[in-house]
Amino acid sequence: MAPLSDTTDATTDASADDAPAALPGDGLREGIVDALRAELGDQLLDTHLVPQTDLWVRVTAEVWQQTGAVLKSQGFDYFCFLSAIDWMPSPYGDGEDDPSAADEDDEPAEMTSGYTGGDTRFQVFARLTDLRRHVGVTIKVDVPESMTLDTWLPTFAGANWHERETHEMFGITFEGHPDMRNLYLPGEFEGYPLRKDFPLLARMIKPWPGIVDVEPMPADDTDDDAEGGDGS
Amino acid sequence: MTMLNERQQLSYIAAQAADARLNVELETDGMTLNIGPQHPATHGTLRIIARLDGEQVVWAEPVPGYMHRGYEKLTEVRTFPQVTTLINRIDWLGSFANEVPFILAAEQLMEIEAPPRAQYIRTILFELSRIANIGLFLGDLGVQMGAVTPAFFGFRDREYVLNLIEGATGGRFHPNFDRIGGLKDDLPKGWINETKQVMKRLRGFCDEIEDLLFGNEIFQSRTRGIGVIPAEVAKSYGLSGANLRASGVDWDLRRDQVLPMAWDKADFKVWTHPDGDSWARCWVRLQETREATKIVDQLIDDLPAGPIMAKVPRIIKVPEGEAWVSTENPLGEMGYYVISKGDLGPFRVKIRSASFNNISITPWVLKGVYVPDIITILASLYFILGDIDR
Repeated sequence: MAPLSDTTDATTDASADDAPAALPGDGLREGIVDALRAELGDQLLDTHLVPQTDLWVRVTAEVWQQTGAVLKSQGFDYFCFLSAIDWMPSPYGDGEDDPSAADEDDEPAEMTSGYTGGDTRFQVFARLTDLRRHVGVTIKVDVPESMTLDTWLPTFAGANWHERETHEMFGITFEGHPDMRNLYLPGEFEGYPLRKDFPLLARMIKPWPGIVDVEPMPADDTDDDAEGGDGS
Repeated sequence: MTMLNERQQLSYIAAQAADARLNVELETDGMTLNIGPQHPATHGTLRIIARLDGEQVVWAEPVPGYMHRGYEKLTEVRTFPQVTTLINRIDWLGSFANEVPFILAAEQLMEIEAPPRAQYIRTILFELSRIANIGLFLGDLGVQMGAVTPAFFGFRDREYVLNLIEGATGGRFHPNFDRIGGLKDDLPKGWINETKQVMKRLRGFCDEIEDLLFGNEIFQSRTRGIGVIPAEVAKSYGLSGANLRASGVDWDLRRDQVLPMAWDKADFKVWTHPDGDSWARCWVRLQETREATKIVDQLIDDLPAGPIMAKVPRIIKVPEGEAWVSTENPLGEMGYYVISKGDLGPFRVKIRSASFNNISITPWVLKGVYVPDIITILASLYFILGDIDR
C-alpha cells in the first residue's frame, strides 16, 4: 500500500510515513479531553477512557449544542449517530425470564448509569469521528426533567433524522428542530417504544421459546447451565 | 485528501440557478409526485414524495418506516448469541458483514479475541459478502437506466459467491455463522481452490461491467455531474462507505482503525474519486469490488492453521460495560453501540446502519434535479431498505 520511501532508518515502519496520521493512542485521546475542557470548563462533567480503545465524555445539557460545535471545530466533522439510553431497569425482566414470574423477587433492581456516570433516567449520546486523526468520541448528556435538549442541526445536518428517531422512540424533544414528526412510527402512535417501561407485547403473551430449547449436554462439566441461552 | 474543486461546485450551482430562472419565467404549476412505497426503482418499500415544478424537483423527502422491525427493542430480550440471527437481516445482501461488528463489540467487552485463523476466515467471508452485495449493485445499476443485460450478469456471477458463502456457512443469505470467540465451523474441503477460481471470475465480471456500463455514453450522460455531494456536506450528514470516498474523502475503516481482523495483513488500495457525483459513487464501488477479490486471494494464501474458537464459557455472560465497534460494510459504516449490565443479553444496542445516514441526505441532494435523475441518484447512493429501517 505504501511506497517504500527510504526515510530515516530501517526500523521505522515504511507504511507509517504514508498514513495520514498516527493511529490513535491514549495520548491523543487525553489531548482531546484537554482541548475540550479548555473550551467548556466545568460544563465538562466527566470523562472515561478505555485504554487503547475508546473515549467517552459527559457534558451538561446547557452546553450540549455548543459541545457539538466545539468538537466540529476541533476536527470532529464526521457525524456518526445520535440516540438515547433509558437507564431504568426493565420492569418486565430480561428476555430469559418468564414474564409471568417476573415479580417473584421483590427487590427492584437499582438504576445505574454506564461510563461517565449520570444523574437522570434518560441520557442522549452521540458519536463523532475525526477522519484525519482517526479517532472517535462518544458524547453523553443527561436529559433534564423537561425532556428537551437543544438540537444539533445547525452543526450537523445529519442529526435531523437521528433526532426525529430519538424523539419518537424516547419522547425527548429537540429544541430548534424544525420538524419533529415521527420518522418510523405512524403519526397517531402512542407511547415511546424504546423506553424500558414500554412492554414488548409479543413477549408478554408468550415466553421466548429459546428458554425451552436448552438441554443439558451429556458430556458437559459446567454446572451453571440451568438458565437459558445456548452458548455455542 | 482531495476534494471537489471549487470551480466544479460553482458551475454546478450556476447551472441549477439558471434552470431555476427558466422555471420562474415559464410559471409552471407545481405538482406532487409520489414514488413508492411499491416501486421497482426503490429496492423495497421506500416512499419518496417529490414536489415538482415542471420536470424539476423543488423539494423531496423520503418516507422510511414501512419495514421498521424494531431490532433495537428486540435485542433487549435476546441473549448475546441470539442477537446475530436478528442483525443478519439488516442488510440482507451482505449478511455476514452485519454480524461481525456486533460480535467484535461483545468480544471487546469480554476481553477475548478470536484466534488468528478465525480472524482470517471472518475477514474472507466479510469480503465475500461485500462482493455479493456490490456485485448485485453493479448489475442492477444498468436497469435503472434501461440497460437490462448487466443485471443478468450481476445475478449470474453473484450466484458463484453465494455458493461459496453457502459452502462455508450453510446459509446463502443469512449465514449466522459468527460466534463470540470465533466461528461455528472451519472451512470445508476444496473450498479454497473453488474460491480462487471464483475470485478470478469475479474480476472478469468487473471488467465486463466496466466495458458494458462505465464506458457507455448514455450511462455517462445520465450520471456525470448529477447529484454532486461536496465532501463537507457528506461528512456533516454522516455519509459513509463509497458515498463518502466518491466525494474525495480518503476514509476506510478497514485501513483506518485497529480491529482484531485480518485486513491489515492484506495489501489493498482504498479508491477515492474527487467528483462526488453519481458516476463517482458507482465507479468507487466497482474498484472496491476488485480490491475485495484481491483481499480474499491474499488472505486465502496466508491462511494460518490453528483453532477457530477461543475458549469461551458455554453460557455467555458479557461483563458490565459499553463498547462501540464499527466496520466498513458493503454499504458503509455499520456499528453497534452495546451496553451490557452483566446479564445474558444486552441492556441496550444502538444499531448505526449505513443506509440510514446515506439516505437522509436525499432531501438535500434531490433539490433541483430532474425527475429521471431521482432514480439514478438513489441508485448511486445505494441503500438496502432493511438497513434504513432496521
